[in-house]
Amino acid sequence: MTPQTEAELAEIIAGANGPLHITGGGTRPIGRTEGASLSTSGMSGITLYEPGALTIVAKAGTPLAEIEAELAKENQRLAFEPMDHRGLLGTTGESTIGGVVAANVSGPRRISVGACRDFVLGVRFVDGAGTIIKNGGRVMKNVTGYDLVKLMCGSYGTLGVLTEVSLKVLPDVETTGCVLLHGLDDTTAIRALSAALGSPFEVTGAAHLPKGIGGDPVTMIRIEGFEKSVTYRADKLRELLKTFGEATIQLGDTNDGYSTQKGWAWVRDVSGFTDQDGDVWRISTKPSEAAALAARLGAKAVQYDWGGGLIWALMPEGTDLRAKLGAFDGHATLIRGAADTPTFQPEPAPLAAITAGLREKFDPRGILNPGMMT
Amino acid sequence: MPAPNASVLSRKDQIVERLRAVLPQDAVISEISETRAYECDALTAYKCPPLCAVLPANTEEVSAILRICHEMGVPVVPRGSGTSLAGGALPTADSVILGVAKMNGVIETNYDDRYIRVQTGRTNLSVTGAVENNGFFYAPDPSSQLACAIAGNIAMNSGGAHCLKYGVTTNNLMGVTMVMMDGTVVEIGGAHLDAGGLDLLGLICGSEGQLGVVTEATLRILHKPEGARPVLMGYDSSEVAGQVVTDIIKAGVLPVAIEFMDRPCIEATEAFAKAGYPMCEALLIVEVEGSDAEIDHQLDLIMKIAADHNPVELRQAKDADEAGRIWLGRKCAFGAMGQINDYMCLDGTIPVSSLPFVLKRIGEMSKEFGLDVGNVFHAGDGNMHPLILFDANKPGDLELCEEFGAEILKLCVEVGGCLTGEHGVGIEKRDLMHVQFDPQDLEAQMAIKDVFDPAWLLNAAKVFPLETSQSRRAA
Repeated sequence: MTPQTEAELAEIIAGANGPLHITGGGTRPIGRTEGASLSTSGMSGITLYEPGALTIVAKAGTPLAEIEAELAKENQRLAFEPMDHRGLLGTTGESTIGGVVAANVSGPRRISVGACRDFVLGVRFVDGAGTIIKNGGRVMKNVTGYDLVKLMCGSYGTLGVLTEVSLKVLPDVETTGCVLLHGLDDTTAIRALSAALGSPFEVTGAAHLPKGIGGDPVTMIRIEGFEKSVTYRADKLRELLKTFGEATIQLGDTNDGYSTQKGWAWVRDVSGFTDQDGDVWRISTKPSEAAALAARLGAKAVQYDWGGGLIWALMPEGTDLRAKLGAFDGHATLIRGAADTPTFQPEPAPLAAITAGLREKFDPRGILNPGMMT
Repeated sequence: MPAPNASVLSRKDQIVERLRAVLPQDAVISEISETRAYECDALTAYKCPPLCAVLPANTEEVSAILRICHEMGVPVVPRGSGTSLAGGALPTADSVILGVAKMNGVIETNYDDRYIRVQTGRTNLSVTGAVENNGFFYAPDPSSQLACAIAGNIAMNSGGAHCLKYGVTTNNLMGVTMVMMDGTVVEIGGAHLDAGGLDLLGLICGSEGQLGVVTEATLRILHKPEGARPVLMGYDSSEVAGQVVTDIIKAGVLPVAIEFMDRPCIEATEAFAKAGYPMCEALLIVEVEGSDAEIDHQLDLIMKIAADHNPVELRQAKDADEAGRIWLGRKCAFGAMGQINDYMCLDGTIPVSSLPFVLKRIGEMSKEFGLDVGNVFHAGDGNMHPLILFDANKPGDLELCEEFGAEILKLCVEVGGCLTGEHGVGIEKRDLMHVQFDPQDLEAQMAIKDVFDPAWLLNAAKVFPLETSQSRRAA
């Protein structure tokens, strides 16, 4: 089913007599569910874009690419840098803005400007009873009533089907620079990233690849802004990180065809795991504990983002990664693979009770992506 | 406010006795002479002493208090420092005020992972105070930051002048320990980003103390910028000033703050603080951050845009002293207006593009109502702060002022904005919620409270129009 309007969608949900599997562009099949397919792709189009107010409003099925192209015309962008899952998950098609919001998809810049959930200003959605609900709006500061915008963001369609989202956008930057350290072990690399992130030099990306493109460890620190400022901060960071080795600096596009932007897209999309067999896990944790956690996993490969706070782990198929992690500050999500384990980190009983209570209120019949977030 | 529950009032002695059994003697305040200290918050037009007040020292004590109140069916009103402008901490006669003021400790600071964990009675400014020797700060900076508590910041999702760049409380909150109304203690999030599962942290932040009592919080801290400097510009019309704001934003500069003041506000602050502001229709203060060279570069861009629009004055701060003078008037704008008369401070947000229209309409309405109004606000994000002047001693003036305020807020919603950008709904805007939300929107929000606090005991008479929440509160 592919409703063309919010009203039509509401009718379909109200009249449904079984589970519904809600999809946007189908590029992120994360989590397992069952039911008749219900796509939001028919509800598409940018409804309002005010560059001077840094806001854009679009229907949920609007392709992400369409939004990004429209923003680029005004030299603006989605600052939370949503990851493109197609390579990693082997999917095709067009990612939709509704899907991005429903899965709270963010990229390396999450460490500085925030996640997708920090940029969603308002939502319209249809709940499991077929009721149309709105929350938030299109202004940047809004504390009127409860924040259902954040609740919907990252709820994977289990509380309602998004029909429209409004987003805060930011100016694009003049230049991107990258400070690179070479040959560091994971623990040392994360210490270097912490030093960079704890500086006044406004780092917007902090990743460590134990196996970089050339096969050796590379630690990446991104700075963005006006060219003069980027050059200045890159030099300052190189100086600050001297104890970790001699850093190299890349600015914008280099002569050999490499571009800092492409490099960060590679990190964002975890491209290093794309053609490798195995399950892919995403672990959010305390940066200073990341290296020790990763060492416990017996992973085929790992990649660190968010200054170490985000670990991507490529595991032998079917491994129960959580059993290897034990108790830790954070949570792990199975992004790709068939391990016989819940996709999302099981919650302690009191939180699980709240979650179940919210589901019961928003989807009393349990028909929206049932089982998806467990 | 709703009539107090007679059964609760009649059981006051038993309630106090049970609370005393689980708390130190000085942590339970029940004498009417002492409970008066808790009769209002910063919305002083409304006052009501609570049944009693309790001042727990830790999460366990909060849990014990809530368990007792839950068992005995006693309403609870959580209170941070009592600086709410919306009446968020206003008691009812049958309620227990749960004040977090004693819980003001720092639990952990971690500079490698860039967070601080505090008890939520700690004041906003003293969070920064705990980390500034290491060069760090906590970004959200509400005007009341010297006094306001983190607990209240979380309840109201407080913002501040610098949130254009750094975001508001919800964007800087990583984890909480929260006690539910039945005494259950829950941990959400922690020292990692993006807590797992549904975004309960995002839901709790800004829920005005209606879902639980947050006792500890993990907050993101940042290294201070190398420096910051403002530029001041004056224009003959708010339309032009609005256009300057838009042009700056479109040019790719992201200032940390863009503040706006209109003529009545400029006149009041000049009389009060003599900051040397130009007499004009619209004054902007734009601040940028970075090293000296970076600041120079950004200010050059901003000055060029500003100069293109025929400013009556354009002044760049060359040093900290000049920066201080530029900020002086803005920082005492509220105090200056307060010198003229009593005032009511509104907090609606509008799309930046509607700024000139809304200011014009407010000017017209000011004449219709016969009450003066000054505008000072965060222009970068459209969060307005109209200050309506009235005389609290003149019969009917407060009511007239409230009516005027309601009309302004309706206007904000009409142009695509909202009732409150950073102060919260509380009791002040409770009965205007229908202007912004349809019944099913409010029903969805109330359903959330049903999950966290099924008996509607926690700060229940706030946020939702009384007749809308009536059946739930009475149940």
